[in-house]
Amino acid sequence: MSTSVNPVTNLDTVALAATTPEKHQPWKELGLKEDEYNRIKEILGRRPTSSELAMYSVMWSEHCSYKSSKIYLRQFGEKVTDEMKKHLMVGMGENAGVVDIGEGWAVTFKVESHNHPSYIEPFQGAATGVGGIVRDILTMGARPIAVMDQLRFGAVDNPDTARVVHGVVSGISFYGNCLGLPNIGGETVFDKVYQGNPLVNALSVGALRHEDLKLAKASNPGDLVILFGARTGADGIGGVSVLASETFDSTGPAKRPAVQVGDPFAEKVLIECCLELYHAGVVAGIQDLGGAGISCATSELASNGGAGMRVDLEKVLKRDESLTPEEILMSESQERMMGIVPKKSLKAFIALVEKWEVEYSILGEVINEDRLYINWHGEEIVNVPPRTVAHDGPVYHRPVAYPAWIDGLNANSVNAAGLARSNDNATEIAAQLVQVTTSPNQADKSWITDQYDHYVGGNTALAQPDDSGMVRVSEETGLGVAIATDANGRYGQLDPYAGAKLALAEAYRNVAASGASPMAVTNCLNFGSPENPEVMWQFQQATAGLADGCLELGIPVTGGNVSFYNQTGDVAIHPTPVVGVLGVIDDVARRIPSGWQDEGNNIYLLGTTRDELDGSVWSEVIHDHLGGKPPVVDLAGEKALADLLHGASLQGLLASAHDLSEGGLAQAVVESSLRFGVGARIWLGELMERDGVDLTAALFSESTGRVLVSVGREDDVKFVGLCEARGIPVLRIGVTDVKGQGANLDGAVLAIKDVADFNLGDLRAGWKATIPDLFG
Amino acid sequence: MKIGVVTFPGTLDDRDAARAVRIAGAEVVPLWHADANLHKVDAVVLPGGFSYGDYLRCGAIAAQAPVTQAIVKAANGGLPVLGICNGFQVLVESHLLPGGLIRNEHQHFICRDQKLRVENVDTAWTNAFELNQEITIPLKNGEGGYIADAETLKRLEGEGLVAFRYIDGNPNGSLNDIAGLRNERGNVVGLMPHPEHAVEPGFGPDSANAMRSGIDGLKFFESVIKAVVNA
Repeated sequence: MSTSVNPVTNLDTVALAATTPEKHQPWKELGLKEDEYNRIKEILGRRPTSSELAMYSVMWSEHCSYKSSKIYLRQFGEKVTDEMKKHLMVGMGENAGVVDIGEGWAVTFKVESHNHPSYIEPFQGAATGVGGIVRDILTMGARPIAVMDQLRFGAVDNPDTARVVHGVVSGISFYGNCLGLPNIGGETVFDKVYQGNPLVNALSVGALRHEDLKLAKASNPGDLVILFGARTGADGIGGVSVLASETFDSTGPAKRPAVQVGDPFAEKVLIECCLELYHAGVVAGIQDLGGAGISCATSELASNGGAGMRVDLEKVLKRDESLTPEEILMSESQERMMGIVPKKSLKAFIALVEKWEVEYSILGEVINEDRLYINWHGEEIVNVPPRTVAHDGPVYHRPVAYPAWIDGLNANSVNAAGLARSNDNATEIAAQLVQVTTSPNQADKSWITDQYDHYVGGNTALAQPDDSGMVRVSEETGLGVAIATDANGRYGQLDPYAGAKLALAEAYRNVAASGASPMAVTNCLNFGSPENPEVMWQFQQATAGLADGCLELGIPVTGGNVSFYNQTGDVAIHPTPVVGVLGVIDDVARRIPSGWQDEGNNIYLLGTTRDELDGSVWSEVIHDHLGGKPPVVDLAGEKALADLLHGASLQGLLASAHDLSEGGLAQAVVESSLRFGVGARIWLGELMERDGVDLTAALFSESTGRVLVSVGREDDVKFVGLCEARGIPVLRIGVTDVKGQGANLDGAVLAIKDVADFNLGDLRAGWKATIPDLFG
Repeated sequence: MKIGVVTFPGTLDDRDAARAVRIAGAEVVPLWHADANLHKVDAVVLPGGFSYGDYLRCGAIAAQAPVTQAIVKAANGGLPVLGICNGFQVLVESHLLPGGLIRNEHQHFICRDQKLRVENVDTAWTNAFELNQEITIPLKNGEGGYIADAETLKRLEGEGLVAFRYIDGNPNGSLNDIAGLRNERGNVVGLMPHPEHAVEPGFGPDSANAMRSGIDGLKFFESVIKAVVNA
């Protein structure tokens, strides 16, 4: 073991820094710009110590400070009405937003990225992504109740994709299952644009009673600062600034892998321990340790509470005694929390952490001074105003440029490119339907989701493959929440403003289709390098689209995350704003599945179909084409549709509801049939005539504002009356048919007039085989 | 009628097991791993999860816990004990049931609705079923492959100690499709699938009638209530 580091003689103290202004410091290597380094010196009136430099560099990194995105994220807080804020208990800026869902209950939810670590080390990267978002939820005082994952991988035929898929799925399975949180859904997309930059976003939702709300702040002088949970090790040192803020460049210098290692058992124990600490009322404030570790927790707690803090860093329990103070400050070791504990509660605190066999150490206390002092064996190594570290980081107004290529891309529409349609060839169009629905992005994802526990907790009311995940919150009344997330990078590439609105519209529609009322929004904005003005333009457009969309729908953004630098060399990913919508349902017994359940029900298509094939799955799978403009979004129409679905579900009129999105009506009809193995007879003639579209558009157009529902015959008149009264276009396009028997769904047929009669067993076999054949 | 539900560090399905006990009509008594006192319970459920993070071997460390030592002693005296998933692994590690559970043969964690055949109804936990009844309850495990030496397997089969067998597909490579076992006395039953996740309409597996409406798991808990009342 190395003993070269003498903790006392080699220490860069505040006193030393004051007398050695000329000392060269590696600010550049730590990711700081020269003007940022100069600003630190200005704030402190001297050069920073190496520990202070470590703290500023990591807290001022893109990942922690949002320096490139801040000026755009503000509009999520500005484009809101009082009505939108009515149910918002905690808005943006905290670890996660909190929404009042009634009956004294609140929920908190957020989606976050762990993209870069998951490319370098897929298993641990994805695992700790789950761990991190769950701790954010826990920090708000909530019991985490479910997780979801939004995954985007490279091309299925690239040899590296399997490595990432296996690692990421196993990592989520390993960590999430061991935490005891049901995985209720998510997204999996394959596209070559994500080859060197897979996106691994993780969402968690938690429930709490109103009075249990906790905030990350240290405001009462004299309260103790206690670090508890796992010990601090060398993992993830510099992970935040090195991994999340620099583009992967195949020609650049090799980076030391700095991915954190997770222990879900430690996190499960920490969850139960924290919940007992909350209920005992012994913590005044709490913060999880994720990116930037102790640097972040100490400065944010103090800054949020308008107080200061004095910490003795050598008291941190370490896995490795040779860690330097700088490394301890930057370590991203997982499964750690920092609690602010009033002295009078210390005994009760210790009793509970000891019950759960969780280690703790008292690092210091809150002080009545705007200063964060950190000592190392009695020597002062940090002396800073906490706000300058946590909240007053740099703000960039990065140059923005309209992409030179986008007009050409928009002009190259499906029609301009002259993509062939097979309207008059039933065999060909039937083959296209099979090709579309069994393509990797449209095929069954149960090879992935079967590796996740979706039962634990006993409250899962809906999970994959239904449109939303839904969990019960109150066992007494059945009150619950539904969540859906969506993003379409292809639409984002064609038009980032519309792309963000489209993602919002789809998630909103999915939640409504499950019977819940949409209430709040979270987002994870995955983009290329902000140093590229064209990427910055995409980001500007997408954030404006999302903020405008939320205002139109009347639901607020409660929090989220930005992931930049998702690019390899000069090539950025498609703009991929993942939007999560949370809805509330007064009784989850009222939930609506995505597939027809019984024979002899009428099938209705709600909404209007336009010839909108640009950016569609059909254009990708059949013609390997991307160009034109994405489908038109009509959020007022989406709202009216959601209100109708809510009304109809309250009256129990809907046997099933499935939103139309990627793959259009063809995909929805196939999925609705396969959900419970119930066949259907579908006719499209009236639809084509009413909407003036051809067969290809009727089947594969991705027009928004459409939902496919099945309705029992006894409810028919009532349902159609309801649609007509509300002015929602409604058209009967079929009836449900025989339910298949046995493992091969014998006897069940999906008959689409003028296309083909598909044997449901065969359709299912193909739909289920795609992903296992590629990765199983 | 009091049924104890054990919590080890890392236990996950304790709240589900407690709910199942309540729905069946018994009183729940939480049992803590460090406490050897069984609080005069009439039966015990060892729920699923990852006790002690599955370190060493699944269930191995939990088998050494004070509460487990007390349960083993009581089980040998006739106390009804049900081990579910990780609880089954604890029973095997405690030698209340023979054999072992290893990594699924396909190496993946698997969560799905699983069909089982009830092969023995002369136990405290299965007496409410019909012999050879086919039931569906959720299965979710990474290390559910049942193994035993040839002699043990022969004895299990010969003495009718296989309580449940997988049908319509063996999900994890278990020998002889064994999903669950009973002891000679019939008071101890262990299985990998999760009856506590199929006790409440709306939150269980899909059934022939409606989505998520399967409640076949409830009979496990009704069985033990019957067994204790009749004892």
